[in-house]
Amino acid sequence: MIDLATFANPARFSRIAGRVFPWAVGATAVLMAAGLYFALFASPPDYQQGESVRIMYVHVPAAWMALSSYTLLAVASAVALVWRHLLADVVARAMAPIGACFTFLCLVTGSLWGKPMWGTFWVWDARLTSVLVLFFLYLGYLALQNAFDDPARGLRASAILALVGFVNVPIIKFSVDWWNTLHQPASIKLGGPAIDASMLVPLILMTLAFEAYFVTVLLLRMRTELVRGKLRSARLRAAEADEYLPNIGKPA
Amino acid sequence: MSPLSEFLAMGGYALFVWPAMAMVAVVLGGLLFESLRQLRSAEADLAAVEDRARNGSRR
Repeated sequence: MIDLATFANPARFSRIAGRVFPWAVGATAVLMAAGLYFALFASPPDYQQGESVRIMYVHVPAAWMALSSYTLLAVASAVALVWRHLLADVVARAMAPIGACFTFLCLVTGSLWGKPMWGTFWVWDARLTSVLVLFFLYLGYLALQNAFDDPARGLRASAILALVGFVNVPIIKFSVDWWNTLHQPASIKLGGPAIDASMLVPLILMTLAFEAYFVTVLLLRMRTELVRGKLRSARLRAAEADEYLPNIGKPA
Repeated sequence: MSPLSEFLAMGGYALFVWPAMAMVAVVLGGLLFESLRQLRSAEADLAAVEDRARNGSRR
């Protein structure tokens, strides 16, 4: 039987992360450059929306990242709650701010696209409101985590919030089909996208760039969480040791 | 209009396209910077505690 604990222990994670990290950085740089080149120069203006369509190349990938990040947050939270796996907590904690940033970018770029196309920065319709709720779920998750003196209780409470909040993900996805909204329905779906290749290329490149960025920053933040864990236990050990004197022998 | 100013004008949508791109750059750049800073500071704290523990036991 495969032992899940050894399959994903922190030491092994650190080894794998160290090997993956430089590739993630390189992929982010290359894909971001290629994506922006196609998004800003090498793609045509839309026949209706003109050059404003270029906002799509950051807005749609940001929205996809916001949703897939939240899905991953819910999965990691479930694993953390059921199996109490250390690395699942670390993943969830490390990725929540990244997901929050992408959700924020989705809202801001959407707003900047909405003004020239719909004539308004914001409407309280199903799609926009449910994405705003997603942003608040991320913020709530982060706030709840630090609301307890005991970090384990904070993680547990925020994991439950992440799981309950997952109900919002299908609501966002199908909001454009279920309710009347200014927001257009999905153009990229199973059975072939309803979008020309010249616009699909920058969209896919920017999505891959955002994913590579996500992996880069996730690995950085996971490493930070693991170092903080070591720091907590080192401080506990130091406090228990007899000869520990907090301010003596401290390097200048 | 020169090619550059035509590009910057974004067909009249410059006021919306460029702020959108700038927000992406600022938010993603800021998060990367902040994540690096937090890692550095956590590593420095850990090194300091471990160093103190070693010096303490030698005394």
